[in-house]
Amino acid sequence: MSHRLPSGGRLIDRATTLGFTFNGRRLKGYGGDTLASALLGNDRMLVGRSFKYHRPRGIVASGPEEPNALVGLGQGARFEPNQRATTTDLFADLVAQSQNHWPSLDFDIGALNGLMSRFLSAGFYYKTFIHPRAFWKHLFEPTIRHSAGLGRPTSEPDADRYEHLYAFADVLVIGGGIAGLQAARTAAESGARVMIWEQSAHWGGRAPVDDPDVEGMPPDDWISATLHWLRAQPNVTLRSRTMGAGVYDHGYALGYERVTDHLPGLDAPRHRLWRVRAGRIITATGAIERPLSFAGNDVPGVMLAGAVRDYVVNFGVAPGRRTVIVTNNDDAYRTAITLHSAGLEVAAVIDARARATGDLPQRARSLGIRVMTGRAIARVRGGGRVTGVDICQHTGTGAAGALIACDAVAMSGGWSPVVHLWSHCGGKLIWDAGAALFRPDPARAPTGADGAAFVAAAGAANGVMRGAALLADARAAAAGGDAPAPEPEAITPVWIMPAAAGPGLRAKMWLDFQNDVKVSDVQQAAREGYVSVEHAKRYTTLGMATDQGKLGNINGLAVLSDAQGAPIPDVGTTTFRPPYTPISMGAIAGEARGDVFQPLRRTPMHDWHAAHGADWEPAGQWRRPYCYLRPGEARNDAVAREILAVRGGVGLIDASTLGKIIVKGPDAGRFLDMLYTNMMSNLAPGKCRYGLMCSENGFLIDDGVVARIDEDTWLCHTTTGGADRIHAHMEDWLQCEWFDWRVYTANVTEQFAQIAVAGPKARDLLQALGGLDVSSGALPFMSWAGGRLAGIPLRAYRISFSGELSYELATPAGHGLALWRALVDAGQDLGVIAYGTEAMHVMRAEKGFIMIGDETDGTVIPQDLGLGWAISRKKADYIGKRAQERAHMTDPDRWKLVGLQTLDGSVLPEGAYAVTDARNANGQVVTEGRVTSTCHSPTFDRGIAMGLVRHGPDRMGEVLRFNRVDGTTVEARIVDPCLYDPKGGRQDV
Amino acid sequence: MKRYSAFSIFREALRNNSGWQRAWAAPEPKAQYDIVIVGAGGHGLATAYYLARNHGIANVAVLEKGWLGGGNTGRNTTVIRSNYLQDPSAAIYEKSRSLYETLSQDLNMNIMFSPRGVMMLAQTEHEVRGYKRTAQANALQGVATEFIPPARVRELCPIIRIDGPRYPVLGALWQPRAGTARHDAVAWGYARACSAMGIDIIERCEVTAIRSNAGQVAGVETTRGAISCGKLALVVAGHSGHLAEMAGFRLPIESVALQALVSEPIKPCLDVVVMANTVHGYMSQSDKGEMVIGGGADGYNNYTQRGSFHHVEETVRSLIETFPMLSRLKMLRQWGGIVDMTGDRSPILSKTPLGGCYVNCGWGTGGFKAIPGSGWAMAELLAKGHSPLAEAFGLDRFREGRFIDESVAAGVAH
Amino acid sequence: MLILTCPCCGIKADETELAPGGEAHIKRHGPGSSDAEFEAYLFTRANPRGVHFERWRHAYGCGKWFLAARATDTLEVFGTYPATSTAVPDAILSRIRARRPDWIKPDRIKPA
Repeated sequence: MSHRLPSGGRLIDRATTLGFTFNGRRLKGYGGDTLASALLGNDRMLVGRSFKYHRPRGIVASGPEEPNALVGLGQGARFEPNQRATTTDLFADLVAQSQNHWPSLDFDIGALNGLMSRFLSAGFYYKTFIHPRAFWKHLFEPTIRHSAGLGRPTSEPDADRYEHLYAFADVLVIGGGIAGLQAARTAAESGARVMIWEQSAHWGGRAPVDDPDVEGMPPDDWISATLHWLRAQPNVTLRSRTMGAGVYDHGYALGYERVTDHLPGLDAPRHRLWRVRAGRIITATGAIERPLSFAGNDVPGVMLAGAVRDYVVNFGVAPGRRTVIVTNNDDAYRTAITLHSAGLEVAAVIDARARATGDLPQRARSLGIRVMTGRAIARVRGGGRVTGVDICQHTGTGAAGALIACDAVAMSGGWSPVVHLWSHCGGKLIWDAGAALFRPDPARAPTGADGAAFVAAAGAANGVMRGAALLADARAAAAGGDAPAPEPEAITPVWIMPAAAGPGLRAKMWLDFQNDVKVSDVQQAAREGYVSVEHAKRYTTLGMATDQGKLGNINGLAVLSDAQGAPIPDVGTTTFRPPYTPISMGAIAGEARGDVFQPLRRTPMHDWHAAHGADWEPAGQWRRPYCYLRPGEARNDAVAREILAVRGGVGLIDASTLGKIIVKGPDAGRFLDMLYTNMMSNLAPGKCRYGLMCSENGFLIDDGVVARIDEDTWLCHTTTGGADRIHAHMEDWLQCEWFDWRVYTANVTEQFAQIAVAGPKARDLLQALGGLDVSSGALPFMSWAGGRLAGIPLRAYRISFSGELSYELATPAGHGLALWRALVDAGQDLGVIAYGTEAMHVMRAEKGFIMIGDETDGTVIPQDLGLGWAISRKKADYIGKRAQERAHMTDPDRWKLVGLQTLDGSVLPEGAYAVTDARNANGQVVTEGRVTSTCHSPTFDRGIAMGLVRHGPDRMGEVLRFNRVDGTTVEARIVDPCLYDPKGGRQDV
Repeated sequence: MKRYSAFSIFREALRNNSGWQRAWAAPEPKAQYDIVIVGAGGHGLATAYYLARNHGIANVAVLEKGWLGGGNTGRNTTVIRSNYLQDPSAAIYEKSRSLYETLSQDLNMNIMFSPRGVMMLAQTEHEVRGYKRTAQANALQGVATEFIPPARVRELCPIIRIDGPRYPVLGALWQPRAGTARHDAVAWGYARACSAMGIDIIERCEVTAIRSNAGQVAGVETTRGAISCGKLALVVAGHSGHLAEMAGFRLPIESVALQALVSEPIKPCLDVVVMANTVHGYMSQSDKGEMVIGGGADGYNNYTQRGSFHHVEETVRSLIETFPMLSRLKMLRQWGGIVDMTGDRSPILSKTPLGGCYVNCGWGTGGFKAIPGSGWAMAELLAKGHSPLAEAFGLDRFREGRFIDESVAAGVAH
Repeated sequence: MLILTCPCCGIKADETELAPGGEAHIKRHGPGSSDAEFEAYLFTRANPRGVHFERWRHAYGCGKWFLAARATDTLEVFGTYPATSTAVPDAILSRIRARRPDWIKPDRIKPA
């Protein structure tokens, strides 16, 4: 059984006892424990269930490669599924639950899948559940979804916050083991600005566990001396608990700092996402030990050999009392020696190699540890926990020899460099057959903006596992130059144990512990032709679990290569993608959530609207009042009230969001003639003209009134949504095509508040304010004048979108609210009201004015909308002119704008189509028109609409049928789009 | 081809799964085929399948430079829907969706088509109007959709926040018979069925040149030798421009990276596909339990299959606003695919300036859902020279200005 | 996450400051051009897997458009130059040739 040793544990503080809860049981650990070490210290080896067969799963590893020990952590708004126990620092009152079982961890109905495992081999899902068809959706799929899925989702909004930090570094070192520390030091000594990240809370990596000394010093001393030096340098930044999550193009790297995961409740961001631009990146990310593939290698109690000694040395925890070690290399003997030194029994070292003559095996033997070479584990005994192993010849088929009783197995198949970060941005690998590992190929490193390599690997991540060679490699990575070749690794590759194991054993050899992929599955996939490494991965799900194949991928690859008879490098690896280990979505989103998710743009009168019942409508990042609701009033009633008030008296609308762009310069008129379909150069100062703008592809993109301010200055109004877009459109043409024209533009949208004062009493209202002469003689329709009203400086534009007498008043933004208030106060006797966007929409529809976004949708040209009068025939060119000459644009069958009136007075459905009895070759109903705007008109007290109809203007009076969502149709007559005051007398008074 | 069934699983289990055959054969290329299809992604394989099944043309080779299904077929977010606005789009995508419904049975391979429903959220008044219009159009196109109110959105998708401070959900366009499928299985299933009908699927065979004779296609040079053919179909997604250049013409296409990501798996909590176009994100939950998330495409030409992180950031941030529970899930993996974008963001299924050479490309961000319909139409185009489903998607539309623009009415191209 | 140096303001701009604008050195065709010329102008694009000339705007910086020579397969940047350039500066062409000896200059790309 796993247990806490009476002494030892370099990372724990036995004076600090921490209570925590696992599956409702109250347990105790020490300060410095991880959740995994604390669970092992409490003899909780069984911590979860696998994905497919719901097999019992124990802790296998001691770091982020752990595939099994995933728990639900925390409660309520701080609950998080799938947290790794091996990377979770223990804190007081931590609450964790195991996952993926029902009804309980110890008794899981889902484990019945395991009994069926031979029927659930690779690709099983693809071959069955085919008939009957309806069963997949209603029965099979829900069942499969429920049994998969690991942890349960959260239900409450996240109670924590997150932040992003930006930084620059000449050299970013990822990994704080001795290679990373050395690389950081070497880089810092050259004067470079250095940042170094370590994913765990502790610097130094494996050295204190594995190495007797570093440069003649005890490892912990070397580490603290180096840290001391680094911390004293002004050009070095150190971050622990910060994982290098991803390397992206041009030296961009993401770091994931877990700030308060171990200090819950502290008023600080939970996670911090570091976004760093680095000149160079050194990946000193170490190596991960590989399991061995023998039957029963997934039974709880079978662990990685390196992890076993980590638990003993770092946490004073032993996974078992009597351990068998199984290996194909010398490194695992360190575990034997460590266990022996801790007073624990090592039943035997089972070494698959014919001979083991290195220093470590000899030391183990000299300690009296039994070493059995040429042997293998035939199978592991035990269900929920290891009880023993059957030993066999490694070269044989697995005929069992001796049974060795034990309660833990420490396995080592060799070490694989962590090449993920090297690979994220295109770094390639080479297979080192002697050391049995993939290492970064320095000739094919990731390249940056200048085409030069910007990532270098150092130390174990570069396949240089330890000793002086490792430090030399780290120095070379930081300073350039070649490192001396490392000592060859004492290893013989073993991909299946025993080498000639039959199908029965192969079906019990796990490659991917979480996803339940076995050697037999990969072999079967190869047999079925899924021989590409990507096919095999996807067919078997090897490496697709939350550990992304950190433990199992190389073993699986080797099995696939063997099945194909192709060398390992020819099979290749699957693609390494960010992040290295999963990072929280909250950290990705950062601070921008809730109220600060996106900026909110406010007009100067925003707060007034809010205080007067504004029913907001988003308009890009602006908010505009859709209408102003009075107590107890429905939206429709408010809109009708506002319209009737404007038509009968006077109303105000905040038009500040409309785009306002100054176009100025000697060539401004010429430029505007290219930009608009009609002439703008001949507009007289003091006058206004409505204009249309098209894309070069011919389609109508924006409209608005242009006012000529003076001889070389025009002010262009755009739609609310168009302001930034049209300004960018202007700049594109000015900078890239007509860059020799002398024109300047400025987007002054936010510099001016704009108020439309509309209604037959509009002039009375302005005159009540006093100042500027707004009489029809002084300020006729489609002209403008500057001056003051109520002492406030402004420009008054005599333009109308409502069909009524109307002035748009533009004043510097700082005066906007004062002007608005002055109008409201002065208008009390006239019955002035504020109206919203919907009243504006309806009034313009009554008037037959088009609305960009309603009558246009990116496929409509001005000629479709009866706007030929706004297209200059005199101009040789304007943006969109050539496009409008193409065959489809001049097709007489294009749909054209008309008004539509239902025979019964009802409101036409939004987006309805005019249907015919014909069907096209694809069986679709042939249509001959569609509704573009439709609403109830309070003015006429009936439904009114506009639409585009084939040959529409030639079919006045004809009745069309429009579809409704219930399948019926409604009849509507084609009429003139302008219903209200067709002669225009009301706006021009 | 040995059929897959519960019985075959049982039989193989009893003999340690040792009797399974290759899903598709690995033949040497022949010197001549009636039709050569370049690209063994979903579209190329489906084209071959329907050529044999619908038109009796099985002397066909599908050439693949890497491994089949290794392009965008295997790296998309698996959404299948047909709620498009324009008639030609709705026709081909609805054909596709209806073929997906029975594809598992047709191919004798479970491609896990899951008609769980797709909802496209309306989060502005403009989107409300746009989706209402789409629902009206769909009714006439034979596509079953409806515009549903916020309360129904919440009922179908309890984890959604309806009243977010920024973009409240005002309703949704709901297509109940849309959904997802297992993308790799679609490629494998078509490949297996093609192989069973005698079509040669030739992997690791890269086309290096296209041969022609008097304006008529004659064959291709490949890394595995020369192959002559009567007709040639280029179905290579992100590499279309490159192949077109070999054939002597250019395409209105640019290749850009599109990114996606998945979360760690969790127990079922999202039973529909949700698309939120105002904030450029969409999400579904896979059968494994991962939240599968897609966003917008990068704006610059790129063949690296890597995208820029800030797009992922924007997508995740936006989705958290609508799905607050996402915040405490973790991103497991992000990746990119190269998509080819045409001038109107709609695909091209067309004859080309080179006689006998046809092209199927430009599916942009929406190719997976189209695979069966695209294959069906392309096979018809190859076999008969015309296809009603493909008619509007010809190359000539760019000259005539006759675009198929799905970005109108708040729709999106993917 | 690209970095491009804005030739107008000299800033090494992060991709988040920039807006991409498609292929560079495309000649505008207006009224009087043929259908084929106009189609090519609006829609036909080079789309190479390799050296590409393109437009960018320093949208969240100085606001200026500029041009860049960049590899679409490795994202290497050979140089940036002003949007008013009708030809590619020699220094950039030399750098491209140095980095990619096999590169064939398209006809529409004019040396300075």
